[in-house]
Amino acid sequence: MSGKTITRADLSEVVYQKVGLSRTESAALVELVLTELADSLARGENVKLSSFGSFIVRQKGERVGRNPKTGEEVPIEPRRVMVFKPSNILKQRINGRNGDAKKR
Amino acid sequence: MIKSELVQRIATANPHLYQRDVENIVDAILDEITLALARGDRVELRGFGAFSVKNRPARLGRNPRTGAQVKVQEKVVPYFKTGKEMRDRLNKPHAAPTK
Repeated sequence: MSGKTITRADLSEVVYQKVGLSRTESAALVELVLTELADSLARGENVKLSSFGSFIVRQKGERVGRNPKTGEEVPIEPRRVMVFKPSNILKQRINGRNGDAKKR
Repeated sequence: MIKSELVQRIATANPHLYQRDVENIVDAILDEITLALARGDRVELRGFGAFSVKNRPARLGRNPRTGAQVKVQEKVVPYFKTGKEMRDRLNKPHAAPTK
């Protein structure tokens, strides 16, 4: 448990090391992957990445919220949100199991 | 969109790359995020969102069918928080991507 934060730069470095493209091109491809994911979700399309997880777009209805400071009621407009549903393999891997999709 | 479609789109935009290279790139990114989470690190992708892990302490659960008590071990679960720009784009689908 180091509490480090991984960023685009770290992902680019891994792509550079593993795939053997230039650093510039590796960075551009990491960006392109994120852009494709974001564009797809912004169109309302779910994204399923096998053995990793799914990003799901959900439509939320209008509800009444409350300003916690003033206690005042404020309407919360209908909106779209996205959620990440981790795959079982991802859950097993981060718990230090091999993640071969088998139940314990 | 599924992973193979993502790979296809990226390959189409980069005709000089082999499809196999693009698959390796996508897998390298997802593997690195997974490894980071396994170490307990955070992965912050500005404009998209951030992955982190949360601890779930050990607890006594119940088998819902038999009612028998079972020990549930401590575990960590992945967590994703949508980035601000992504949240805005979900509600303004026609907004131009900033990148």
